[in-house]
Amino acid sequence: MDDKNPVIIEMKNITKTYIVGLEEVHALRGISLQVRKNEYIAVMGPSGSGKSTLMNIIGCLDTPTTGIYLFNGINVSDMDDNELARIRNKEIGFVFQTFNLIARSNALHNVELPLIYANVPASERKERARLALESVGLGDRIHHKPNELSGGQRQRVAIARALVNNPSIILADEPTGNLDSKTGEEIMQLFEELHQKGNTIILVTHEEYIAEHAKRIIRIRDGLIEADEVVNNRKVYFR
Amino acid sequence: MFNYIKENFLISFNSIIANKMRSFLTTLGIVIGVCSVVLMSTAIKGVDNSFQQGISSLGSDVLYIDKFAWFSNEEFWKMRNRPNITYEDYLKFKALVKLPVAVAPQAITVRNIKFRDKTAESIFITGSTSDFLATTNFTFKSGRFFTEVESEGGRDVAVLGFDLAENLFPNLDPIGMTIKIGGYTYQVVGVLNKQGSTLLGSFNPDKQVYIPIKSLFKHFGLNWRSITIVVRAPNSQLLEETKIEAEQVMRQVRRLKSYEPPNFSINQQEGLTQIYERTVGVIKIGGLFITGLSLFVGAIGIMNIMFVSVKERTREIGIRKAIGATRRIILTQFLMEASIISMIGGLIGLFFAVVLSYVVNQFIPTSVQLSAVILAIVISLLTGIISGLAPAYTAAKLDPVESLRYE
Repeated sequence: MDDKNPVIIEMKNITKTYIVGLEEVHALRGISLQVRKNEYIAVMGPSGSGKSTLMNIIGCLDTPTTGIYLFNGINVSDMDDNELARIRNKEIGFVFQTFNLIARSNALHNVELPLIYANVPASERKERARLALESVGLGDRIHHKPNELSGGQRQRVAIARALVNNPSIILADEPTGNLDSKTGEEIMQLFEELHQKGNTIILVTHEEYIAEHAKRIIRIRDGLIEADEVVNNRKVYFR
Repeated sequence: MFNYIKENFLISFNSIIANKMRSFLTTLGIVIGVCSVVLMSTAIKGVDNSFQQGISSLGSDVLYIDKFAWFSNEEFWKMRNRPNITYEDYLKFKALVKLPVAVAPQAITVRNIKFRDKTAESIFITGSTSDFLATTNFTFKSGRFFTEVESEGGRDVAVLGFDLAENLFPNLDPIGMTIKIGGYTYQVVGVLNKQGSTLLGSFNPDKQVYIPIKSLFKHFGLNWRSITIVVRAPNSQLLEETKIEAEQVMRQVRRLKSYEPPNFSINQQEGLTQIYERTVGVIKIGGLFITGLSLFVGAIGIMNIMFVSVKERTREIGIRKAIGATRRIILTQFLMEASIISMIGGLIGLFFAVVLSYVVNQFIPTSVQLSAVILAIVISLLTGIISGLAPAYTAAKLDPVESLRYE
């Protein structure tokens, strides 16, 4: 691991408590974590371990109950909705298990959307969206709608959308969960390329063989980090 | 800022297009609402215009001395016991007054009129003198009014209103023709131009016949009935003075003591305007209220659809929020959707209202004003915004985590 790279994510004693009915559910019980630029991390854990909650907090979709979360040195633990939206827009690229594309819009418009919300002028926006789609190998599909694309292609559109704003981290939640294993491997190859280009990637998965693509695995159980280990025999594919 | 509005507009517009059927049905509510409101307001405007036109053919500077008051709280039997206004009263009155530009008697009867095989039923026959013309604003399509000689001699000559002449003589020049009024033969000497409005019904000069009053008395023997003395003031500013003079002169004619109440009434068209405002005013408010209700129902339709749309697109809202849409962006998107639906509905409604008002114009006078166009656009926009507000707010404050999980 390259310790000279700047720290992007710094979490100190993060807890998250939900109130369900009359009961308090402690989803996270004190997570401390540091992520540096160009790291490739897999977050693993069984369902109910709190990994989704952790993802939501890392992704600024949710805020912690207690603890401090510094993103690029800025405290985001007590930001309001609009400030969080701005962080998500500029700093975080989401890739979801179910792709989460806007069904009515074509690939280009889906990729453009973060730039629209960032108020980027139309001509620049289209150019950047097109380049992002080309970089994931969909240069010839930019006017297709999601239902005209295969699962793997849809996920590529989603990855292009995540990349288009040059975010600090790419947050992928079970990106291969809805894909067959061959297509899944292709997507994992794409992540490897992104990693080698210098992107910071955090991958949530419960599949060991997917997690082994990463360089570091963080195992979560019962709202705590159970293990934080370096992967020795990485599965790395080169074309 | 402009960029932001444009993008939001496109996003909203696309989602409307994506749900064609639903958008169409929602729009329909607004179409009907706006259409009926605009139609109602044009109808009201039209009726108002028509009334004003009709009333101005009566003249705003004319007084009518009658046995009965047109509009009064006085008990009917008291007025009934008043002496009739006679032709002699008229003569005395005319000799004494100085202010009016014209004074004429007026007696009315209702008869059938025949020309060859054509019959016009229940026509108002006005008997007067040659001075009557000066109390009106009548203009002639052809011919002339009856002369003083014809008037004094009680000759059987008639002047026809425009519509009546059209009906009896569809493709003939009526001048010089003889017609039968209540069985008596009259010669047509003049035809009036179109004057009044349909609103006045049988009182519309276009449907009447004018003959010398002496001829009317001679044939129809109506001299036992009370007549009206029509008095025209020099202008509407002098109407009040003319009225005061007329009252004094009438008291003199009737030899009334100063303490006695007048046994006649002086009427003017202002009373008619008041009555009109009072009755039509209620209809106006009622009409606008009812049509307003239909717009309200349309607005509820939009609100309903927008709520459904927000619910259905919870996940989409979650995605948009995840990739950086702020609350305000989501709020604007849904508000715009509601406004666009409503505006489209408003414009279609306006279009139908204009078309329908031309159709209705064949029966009731209508008048499409620029103000109605502006009204339609403004109310449809407001309806959209107001009905979109609650659903858009619901969408804006959705939690991104939960909406992403929503199936």
